Amino acid sequence: MLEFLLRRILQAILVLFVMTVLVFFGVNVIGNPVYIFASSECNQACIDEIIVNLGLDQPIWRQYLTFLGNLFQGDLGRSFTHGVPAMSLILERFPATLELAIAALVLALGIGLPLGIYAGLKPDSPISKLIMGFSMISFSVPIFWIGLIFILIFSVRLGWLPSIGRGDLVSVFGLFEVSFLTWDGLRHLLMPAFTLSLIMMAMVIRLTRAGMREVLHADYIKFARANGIHERRVIGVHVLKNILIPIVTVLGMEFGGVIAFAVVTESIFSWPGVGKMLIDAIAVLDRPLIVAYLIFVVVMFVAINLLVDILYSVLDPRVRLGGNVS
Amino acid sequence: MSDTALSGPRKPSRWAAFSAAFFGVPSAAIAFVVFVSMCLAALLAPWIAPQNPYDLGAVSILDNLLEPGEQSFSGMTHWLGTDGQGRDMLSAMLYGLRISLLVGILSGVIALAVGTLVGLIAAFRGGWVDALLMRIVDLQLSFPTILVALILLVILGRGVDKIIFALVVVQWAYFARTVRGVALIENSRDYVEAARGLRFGAWRILFLHVLPNCLPTMLVVATIQMAQAISLEATLSFLGIGLPPTRPSLGLLIANGFDYLQSGRWWISVLPGLVLLVLIVSVNVLGDRMRDVLNPHLKR
Repeated sequence: MLEFLLRRILQAILVLFVMTVLVFFGVNVIGNPVYIFASSECNQACIDEIIVNLGLDQPIWRQYLTFLGNLFQGDLGRSFTHGVPAMSLILERFPATLELAIAALVLALGIGLPLGIYAGLKPDSPISKLIMGFSMISFSVPIFWIGLIFILIFSVRLGWLPSIGRGDLVSVFGLFEVSFLTWDGLRHLLMPAFTLSLIMMAMVIRLTRAGMREVLHADYIKFARANGIHERRVIGVHVLKNILIPIVTVLGMEFGGVIAFAVVTESIFSWPGVGKMLIDAIAVLDRPLIVAYLIFVVVMFVAINLLVDILYSVLDPRVRLGGNVS
Repeated sequence: MSDTALSGPRKPSRWAAFSAAFFGVPSAAIAFVVFVSMCLAALLAPWIAPQNPYDLGAVSILDNLLEPGEQSFSGMTHWLGTDGQGRDMLSAMLYGLRISLLVGILSGVIALAVGTLVGLIAAFRGGWVDALLMRIVDLQLSFPTILVALILLVILGRGVDKIIFALVVVQWAYFARTVRGVALIENSRDYVEAARGLRFGAWRILFLHVLPNCLPTMLVVATIQMAQAISLEATLSFLGIGLPPTRPSLGLLIANGFDYLQSGRWWISVLPGLVLLVLIVSVNVLGDRMRDVLNPHLKR
């Protein structure tokens, strides 16, 4: 176990190192940020001053070492445009993204699970066919376009839901602010969260339906029914408990993807999270902020993957042993 | 009867059986017709489009934001309206479809080639080569495609070649893993053993004997990946990090219309989106059907 753990952690560190090199050198080779700051009257002396201020006069490997050294102290550099540390900008925006992603997760489970159970119980009913059609379409349709259609229908035509921003916020323990505790915030949250949840929802429907069809034929369900246990309890407790394992696993692994995908949803609905910040940063070539975001997401991802792997190996020893053989 | 079965041409009958099974489902037949006509429309765009939307001489800013069916000053009827710069939407969509399809197909073909090569090498070499290559594939697949594409495009900038490169990078691993899996199964078959017994070279066995038997599976993966690639390209272009404004794909057309959506001018965003939707759904339906027909487990 310890050997597996060490190997896995070492691997994660290696991946992180490779990604920092890739991201830092990649981003710092493109474009020239000096010209964003230099006004049209700027002469050579003024340009030189900007270069020194931004640390661009150093050779690129030295810039990278400085960056790496700072990274270990949690310092990802200063944003060119905001003038504040990039890390604090990200931490400031991240709760908004997290709230959106969690709301999407809740919607995906809350809507997808009942629909999947229904489709699994009555696979031949027309409603089930409709549900499966919906899940197929949700997989195919580009999510950003769905978001646009929602805005067109619910904001522009009907005027029911606002299409921009987070609405009224409530501070929780003075640590971060959330939208879902106010009515106005909830109205702002609904459309982006639903848009973001569609792919996950389609996945939940499919997994639930497949799980239902498998578990319903299992012996323990037959015996539970033979024992005269109420059908509602059979489905709600015995079946559900067994189909939830793969669903939770897949959703756990997908959660990082949802946060990455929030870039799209946030841009459409002007949701002030880290994704919107990235797109804005790309538009003005704010390199420290771009690098900080990418590093932040990669670290988060590697951490999630590591966690899922370790959890797996705890739950299922075969993974651990298999991993050692290869 | 057995005589005709033996002497008769086998290939065409196999093809006929495949197409009969494939088009036996109406949805597959419809999807096929839709997809082929879209490809034709994209291919013939310069000849069938009412206007060259990128010829500044043909486009007048005075005709901007016309509703579908309205006439321009020069008397031309814009059946699907015009956009913010006065471009005919129908023409812009035909040209956009052309670029979306080009990017989707080209990236799919290159990723298929790269992935197939890697998968075959991994399956045939085995040992540490296999372990290393599959570790890289695992690593790649553990990151969501949009994140990898995002990082690459932020680093590379916008451009047709760059987005194709990014799409190849996010797709090759799927092909590599699939091909490796199929090739490993084929490798243990008798015909490969027989070919080895005849002292055929490794590459000859690989490309002339193993590869053709992997083709059906690869075709299915390629179709589904193509739908993914078109969707991803549209998403990235919509975010403004995919294709440059000079080469507007469907995604970029939708993004352009987004600014006008709030004022109720729906056609600029909605129409290209519908084309994109129909394209992606038809490719997905084709892929699903192909998987059902070609899946050897279902046949036996």
